[in-house]
Amino acid sequence: MKRTITCTINGKRKELTVDVRQSLLEVLREQAGLISVKQGCAVGECGACTVLIDNVPIDSCLYLAVWADGRSIRTVEGESRDGKLSRVQQAFVEAGAVQCGICTPGFVMAATAFVEKHRGRKVTRPDIRPGLAGNLCRCTGYDSIITAVQKSLDEGDEP
Amino acid sequence: MAIGKAVRRVDAIAKVTGRARYTDDYFRPGMLVAKYLRSTIAHGRVKKIDTRRAQRLPGVEAVFTYEDVPPIKFATAGHPYALDPAHQDVQDRLLLTRHVRYWGDEIAVVVAENDLIVQEALELIDVAYEEYSPLVTPEAALAAGAFEIHAGSNNVVGESCYAVGGNIEEALAQADVVLEGRYRTQICQHCHIENHIALAYMDDLEHIVVVSSTQIPHIVRRIVGQALGLPCGRIRVVKPYIGGGFGNKQDVILEPMVAFLTLQLGGRPVKMHLSREEGMIGTRVRHPFTTQMRAGVMQNGTLVALDIDALSNSGAYASHGHAVAGAAGARSRALYPRTAINYHAKTVYTNIPAAGAMRAYGAPQMMFAVDCMIEEAARRIGMDPVEFRLKNVARQGDVDPLTGEGFESCGLAECLQRGKALIQWDAKRAARPRKQTGPVRRGLGVACFSYATGTYPVCLEISGARIILNPDGSVHIQVGATEIGQGSDTIVAQMVAETAGIPLANVHVVSTQDTDVTPFDTGAYASRQAYVTSNAVFRAATALKAKILEHAGRMSGILPAELEITDGRIVRRDDRARKNMPLAAVALDAYYDKQRGGQLTVEVSHKTCSNAPAFGCTFVEIEVDVPLCRVQIKEIYNIHDSGIILNPLLAQGQVQGGVAMGIGAGLYEEMLIDPESGYIYNNNLLDYKVPTIMDVPDIGCAFVETFEPTSGYGNKSLGEPPIIAPPPAIRNALWDATGVKIDELPMTAHTLYKHFMKAGLL
Ligand code: FES
Ligand code: FES
Repeated sequence: MKRTITCTINGKRKELTVDVRQSLLEVLREQAGLISVKQGCAVGECGACTVLIDNVPIDSCLYLAVWADGRSIRTVEGESRDGKLSRVQQAFVEAGAVQCGICTPGFVMAATAFVEKHRGRKVTRPDIRPGLAGNLCRCTGYDSIITAVQKSLDEGDEP
Repeated sequence: MAIGKAVRRVDAIAKVTGRARYTDDYFRPGMLVAKYLRSTIAHGRVKKIDTRRAQRLPGVEAVFTYEDVPPIKFATAGHPYALDPAHQDVQDRLLLTRHVRYWGDEIAVVVAENDLIVQEALELIDVAYEEYSPLVTPEAALAAGAFEIHAGSNNVVGESCYAVGGNIEEALAQADVVLEGRYRTQICQHCHIENHIALAYMDDLEHIVVVSSTQIPHIVRRIVGQALGLPCGRIRVVKPYIGGGFGNKQDVILEPMVAFLTLQLGGRPVKMHLSREEGMIGTRVRHPFTTQMRAGVMQNGTLVALDIDALSNSGAYASHGHAVAGAAGARSRALYPRTAINYHAKTVYTNIPAAGAMRAYGAPQMMFAVDCMIEEAARRIGMDPVEFRLKNVARQGDVDPLTGEGFESCGLAECLQRGKALIQWDAKRAARPRKQTGPVRRGLGVACFSYATGTYPVCLEISGARIILNPDGSVHIQVGATEIGQGSDTIVAQMVAETAGIPLANVHVVSTQDTDVTPFDTGAYASRQAYVTSNAVFRAATALKAKILEHAGRMSGILPAELEITDGRIVRRDDRARKNMPLAAVALDAYYDKQRGGQLTVEVSHKTCSNAPAFGCTFVEIEVDVPLCRVQIKEIYNIHDSGIILNPLLAQGQVQGGVAMGIGAGLYEEMLIDPESGYIYNNNLLDYKVPTIMDVPDIGCAFVETFEPTSGYGNKSLGEPPIIAPPPAIRNALWDATGVKIDELPMTAHTLYKHFMKAGLL
């Protein structure tokens, strides 16, 4: 069965006709062409498919596309503007928090939500860990990812 | 100068913006999806299979079973081809099998319009089995009269031995103390976040294009050809960005099947994307080892003998076969080259998932056993564990006692000293009571390792590089070495910049390998690429520079020998300020002048005939909560001698990622298999415990930079080694904290409980 939903994707209103059985992951990749949304397990274990729904990080593989009706979705494609990386993206690049990169879009989105929530607060490395505990990375050992989040929080208040 | 700088990855921006394309991002119109029908038993034979209902389901394009595939047995290991038939990999696979050898073996395949239909169709296939009793352990497989998992094999994949430093029994007889131990390592799985995926299509009637998440595109081309009985010139393999491999993609898994399917289906595009649950059982795992060992030591701290007997479990298929156990043995003699060593290893078939290459290729299994034994030796003679290692480990100028090759660079002793200082070994040991009694105790541990750089002289080592000068003065470099996350593209760019004098920003790396056009190289494994590729890149960059200067000489009338390229400009050697011409001007002239020049390009194929052992160690401090059976890492440092560090930021990333994986192997990870049925309990990321961000502490790393003269830029292996020493270091720290010696991995709460109970701690 198909249904038409309306949602905002990276700031633009979109109307999509989706199969009610489809996950948001599938629809974002296949219909919206947002290939940053990666699939590592399809059952909510790895976080590679993390997107922000109304600014909350969600595993899009576990989220039915029809539930996105009326909501606002952010993916990594929308984070850099005018050829400029977002602060979190920039920090990932500089901290060496990217290796194979398959977990990176999900991590950037989870980190973005964390940074937006904790802006202006004093945050330590141990505080950052639980905030990103839903995302797996097999390459980096997480150390540089935590450094990237610290960097994004530290560097002034301007986004 | 670009070497040694913490320059940012050349692919970082593509990856943080989500624009980097992986295999799953290569959409093609009309793409079909395929999925295996996997056995629901671990050992047996398909008596009958009925696919008629599946075939009739709307949306199903085709169903193939073991009856429909070519009767060609092929090997899957990502090794270079060996001209000597005795060294060729074991050919024990068919595309689909009637004889089921592990729980999840591939007996049929369905191709349909989409995933939902494929799934539905798989459920409509009826299979009747004749069941055999599963042989899950090596002991069961080697028992007299055991059923042969592969006919004619006696369930043995391979066996080998070596002896160095004299007669082992004599050496043991002379020792003041002789120790014995038995060590067990577990089944680990790579758990790269991108599952295996490959797709294939045909653009004409002849050529098959395979796009795959692989570490070894050129090897894939050969093996697809072998599996289908086609010449390799008809196969083209494209490797885009890949989402991790760790050795599991140094094997040919899906590619022959998707190639077969597109060939059967008139060249239509067909994709296979394994689910996590399939990937964990249906690709490769790390060989579990059981290692029996004897050591002889003198009271003065000299390690005189190591007698090692390893039993390696290859599971249902040979894949990399006995090569892993063979490589594992070589690590011991490089680490303790002045000790008499007797090494024997056997690799066996059993009914568990097939084992293959995994980061550090046998070294973690062997170094765990060796280091446990070394720790015991030090303790037995009452010597500080670091001192004992310092006395016995490899030093600059030692030679490999088997091959006679000298170690041109070795900074292991300095690594141990550095680690000792970083963790404050002496101060912490002095400050601590001799025997701890409370529920929460602290312990310090150390372990060291050696690792090779590439596979020479066992296998061919070849690399290829092509550089083209663009009309704008920038260059494109294309190499057969594959970027798999470790940063090799960035390192290659740094090498070109360094040698040719071209600014890093003007060096473009072609990241995708395409076997139709990419120079030949066997790919990413054995921590070889930065070492082996360095020679090809160095030669190519040097030759391109000479061509550029020659053309600049023709343009200017100045002798090329008087010219130099600095920072993208042609300058006079004797007067760098004067007469300076941008590279772009030379390039443009070479391309477009009506008479002189042409496209300036160089291609080099290079065979490396050397190997260089890398060394290092782990120091760790842990806190053990005895009643909770929980280990918490307070501090951990990996110190590496990997020669010259080409890029400190990338190097640190390799170390931290490897240490995290080592911690996982030490404390959490194990694939659990029912010994009776061969059923696999935890083939998912919820029950198989890959470390999360909560499980891994901050990871310290340091480098002792030696210069390795056999490498183009002084470097040695770094990608794989960091995983090796953390598990034994943690084990030694646990012994230090509790007095309990644990000789098996992983050291989960479950394992600790068993040992603490036995020791009377609980
Ligand atoms: S793909 Fe969604 S959590 Fe793994
Ligand atoms: S960078 Fe490879 S999984 Fe995180």
